[in-house]
Amino acid sequence: MPVPWWQDYTLRIVLSGAALLGLTSGLLGSWSVLRRQSLLGDGIAHAALPGVVLAWMLAGRRDTGILLLGAAAAGWAGTLLIQHLVHGARVKEDSALGIVLAGFFGLGLMLLTWVQHRPDAGQAGLETFLFGQAATLVARDLVWVGGTAVMALAACLLCWKEFKIVGFDREYAASLGLPVRRIERLLTALLVLGIVIGLQTVGVVLVSAMLIAPVVAARQWTHRLSSMVALSMVLGMVGGVGGVLVSAGSERLPTGPCIVLVTALLVAFSLAFAPHRGLVAAWRRQRNSRRALDHDRVLAALQALAGQHPQEPAHAHPEAVIRGMVPGVGVSVVLRNLERRGLARPEGQDSWCLTPEGRSRRIHRTGMEETR
Amino acid sequence: MSAPLEISLIAALTAVACVLPGALLVLRRMALMSDAISHGILPGIVLGVVAGGGVGSPWALAGAVLAGMVLVWLVDLLVATGRMHGDAAIGLVFPVMFSAGVILVARLGGQAHLDTDAVLLGELAFAPLDRLVLGGRDLGPRALWISGGVLLAGLLLVVSCYKELKLAAFDRDFSEAQGLRPGLLDRLVLVLTCLTCVAAFDVAGSVLVVALMIAPAAAAWLLVQRLGSLLGVAALLGVISVLSGQGVARALDLSLAGSMAVCCTLVFLLVFLLAPRRGVLARRRHLQHNRDRFAVDLLLVHLLQHEGQPGEDGPDHLTGHFGWTGSRAARTLRQGEREGVLEVEDRRIRLTGAGRVRAAEAMVRG
Repeated sequence: MPVPWWQDYTLRIVLSGAALLGLTSGLLGSWSVLRRQSLLGDGIAHAALPGVVLAWMLAGRRDTGILLLGAAAAGWAGTLLIQHLVHGARVKEDSALGIVLAGFFGLGLMLLTWVQHRPDAGQAGLETFLFGQAATLVARDLVWVGGTAVMALAACLLCWKEFKIVGFDREYAASLGLPVRRIERLLTALLVLGIVIGLQTVGVVLVSAMLIAPVVAARQWTHRLSSMVALSMVLGMVGGVGGVLVSAGSERLPTGPCIVLVTALLVAFSLAFAPHRGLVAAWRRQRNSRRALDHDRVLAALQALAGQHPQEPAHAHPEAVIRGMVPGVGVSVVLRNLERRGLARPEGQDSWCLTPEGRSRRIHRTGMEETR
Repeated sequence: MSAPLEISLIAALTAVACVLPGALLVLRRMALMSDAISHGILPGIVLGVVAGGGVGSPWALAGAVLAGMVLVWLVDLLVATGRMHGDAAIGLVFPVMFSAGVILVARLGGQAHLDTDAVLLGELAFAPLDRLVLGGRDLGPRALWISGGVLLAGLLLVVSCYKELKLAAFDRDFSEAQGLRPGLLDRLVLVLTCLTCVAAFDVAGSVLVVALMIAPAAAAWLLVQRLGSLLGVAALLGVISVLSGQGVARALDLSLAGSMAVCCTLVFLLVFLLAPRRGVLARRRHLQHNRDRFAVDLLLVHLLQHEGQPGEDGPDHLTGHFGWTGSRAARTLRQGEREGVLEVEDRRIRLTGAGRVRAAEAMVRG
């Protein structure tokens, strides 16, 4: 009998790692999405490759701490170069990001082939780096992931107000005398750390989704930054844990992509069903207001018709006449609804008149302006 | 033809083919769509490969183009909901599609014979082995024909819509007002990007594609102003980059795609530093020139105001009065002497006639 997942030691490690990673990326991604730098994470992730390979070459062995250090250094160098490119000359941010991304990654590839030529080269770590290998997480890695999570949380709690102001309105923050550049640098440094620990789990290409998806999902449920960040952390964790469980359920489902797809499902669900910003809610709001407007227009048409017969207020008019007065409205359905609300009643074959209540009803949105 | 020569030819053709959509993307500030598309087409390629043939087969090409279109459509759709910004939508969609691709590879790996490394990194070194043979005749490497075909498609688009593309790139609102449908053009450019990514993908891999699309165009944009010359210069820079990359890779026996991408970036960085007017050094020189000129003006006006008053015209007075450092003061004095607007004689600064005129002009200028 197979061991259930909560008793499987390896799986527990992987689950904790994915949960911590989801939490960290949900937290740090909030700031990069808020600052409209969603794609910076992708750039940093690619830029980290030469650092990983160099650290590996210098250390001579695959030690998680050293590799992470190298990745962080290279990622940081990449962001600095991007900033220099943008400030130094006429280079737009997206171009600078793309150039640094491809150039650094290319450099990493060159170094990697060089390492592989050396006689003492072990297994190439490229596959792990590109696609992540959550399954290879060991307890010692958890210390790094957990440490980063704690650090990121502490920094965000300590500098909450500063991050918030800089995130929403950079110019205002500067006018308050806040050290905007230093705060931004701190945010970027945290982002680099978060990405570097994500590399090992989901890989280069997918890190950016880990940063963006929980935030976009959380954003749909709330308007407050604090609740958005909290929810984004929770959703990141849910995505991580869910992805690991899904991939553990089958032999040939790689973990990183599973995490991304599960988190993407959370986004799709949130986009569709969130109470206010959700697309279904928006569609229903629109439908309800259109229906209310249709009712009022038909009611107004009936009142106008009744006004033509002051002596005989209950004079009935054929439905076709009403339909001619309010083009584009499903008149028969609306009439039946009006009947249910006690505002109109049918009279003979397809003719309608107003009840006393319908006659006295005041209408604010007539929609008749253009027909007059 | 020898294999290295064929590789050079394929690489150069691919570089030029990449430059056309790349330059338009860079101008429209959609450069990262190249990154997104080159990753997001993976599921299409996998399905195409499963349907029949290798990575370069027509099925894979069709699947990839289709996947690219789906990606563009999804990004548009997400942005149109008004619930997120464009960059978030891009950063969300392409990893999801890439994930789907990776999972497909893992599930169908046995049937697909697809190495994800190869997809990301390209197999340029093996491109000459895959020949196009028609009716028993060897027509050269297949990649050469594919790259050439895509280049032709790109040229066709650029030549036939040159005016419209130019206007859409430089003044979108105006082109919209003129009824030139910049949105439709964007879509066409993205289709071309998909096609190019797919063609380049086989030989170059997705990372080199990004380098080829963005770096030469961004570099050319620092050198020239006009769209036509931008395309020409970018193509030239792209070819230089890939050929030098090939040289480096052969000399040091390193990854071909990697060193080409690095050379693209290095060529860009060189241009970034040295471009005659918009390069970093030129801008710094220009700034320094203005600063020097202003300092001399300031000094001249000061001297004119206090002419004849002792104590105001000693070189040591400058550091206190203007808050200049010693070297700054010395530099300004040297500059002024060189321009013949002032003279220093036994530790007193005097205006020359030309200096008096220039000080008066500077005061009028304000």
